[in-house]
Amino acid sequence: MKKISATLLMLLSCLGLYAQGNITADSLYASGKIYVVVVCVVLILLGLIFFLFSMDRRLKKLERNA
Amino acid sequence: MYKTWWKIIASVLVIYSTVWGFLSSTPQLPILHESIRNLYFHVPMWFGMIVLFSISVFYSVKYLGSGKAEDDIRAVESVNVGIVYGMLGIVTGAIWARFTWGQAWSFDVKQNFAAIALLLYFAYLILRNAIDEEQKRAKISAIYNIFAFPIMVVLLFVLPRLSDSLHPGNGGNPGFNAYDLDSRMRMVFYPACLGWILIGYWIYTLKYRIRTLEKKQISA
Repeated sequence: MKKISATLLMLLSCLGLYAQGNITADSLYASGKIYVVVVCVVLILLGLIFFLFSMDRRLKKLERNA
Repeated sequence: MYKTWWKIIASVLVIYSTVWGFLSSTPQLPILHESIRNLYFHVPMWFGMIVLFSISVFYSVKYLGSGKAEDDIRAVESVNVGIVYGMLGIVTGAIWARFTWGQAWSFDVKQNFAAIALLLYFAYLILRNAIDEEQKRAKISAIYNIFAFPIMVVLLFVLPRLSDSLHPGNGGNPGFNAYDLDSRMRMVFYPACLGWILIGYWIYTLKYRIRTLEKKQISA
């Protein structure tokens, strides 16, 4: 689990790079604040994936006992 | 099924494709404009559904040979997840269509046949619930599933090509490949498909494991 949360944390910290970088020279995105949406959507995805991982972990525990 | 590495790959692929799905540049297309980005979210749902239904039919065939209850559970749980994917695909398709084709449901052939394909699989679940005896249920529904799968493939990939459709790649319309799925879009589209397929497979394994535990608990 530590490994997984470390991976997710690293992924999260990468996001800052995207937001600061100049991947889209198109000024429309900067002024349109699309990054805000991207961060929100990624957060939702991370939450759902974390939920899947935690479910997996609990199942493993149950299977070991069964 | 119990390993972690492919689950991490799935997560990374889905997050990568979502970030780049919003941020990558896309070709200038009439009508579609920015909504072409839906390709990274709508289409992987269908691919995921087809993979899950393929898993299901594989285990249905296996069940008829082995008669093992676990093969039957695998078949039904992958259909359960596949149906969720299919419904997400049809709803996202309707939203996309509302703003590009003008109507949420324009009775496009592929829309209609996709809905019928989903109904086929609803019928599979209803058929299962209608039979009380476990082995009979498993056997009959396995046979039904084996018939439903090729019909689903024909409905989604053969019949829409024979008549005019608004979907690209059908009825003389060129597919995305022909003009606008350029290499930039491929870099997002393929990872998106693989990622969402793996996520679907993951959810299916979780559901299968829960069902197996429940079964053990009942018999214990």
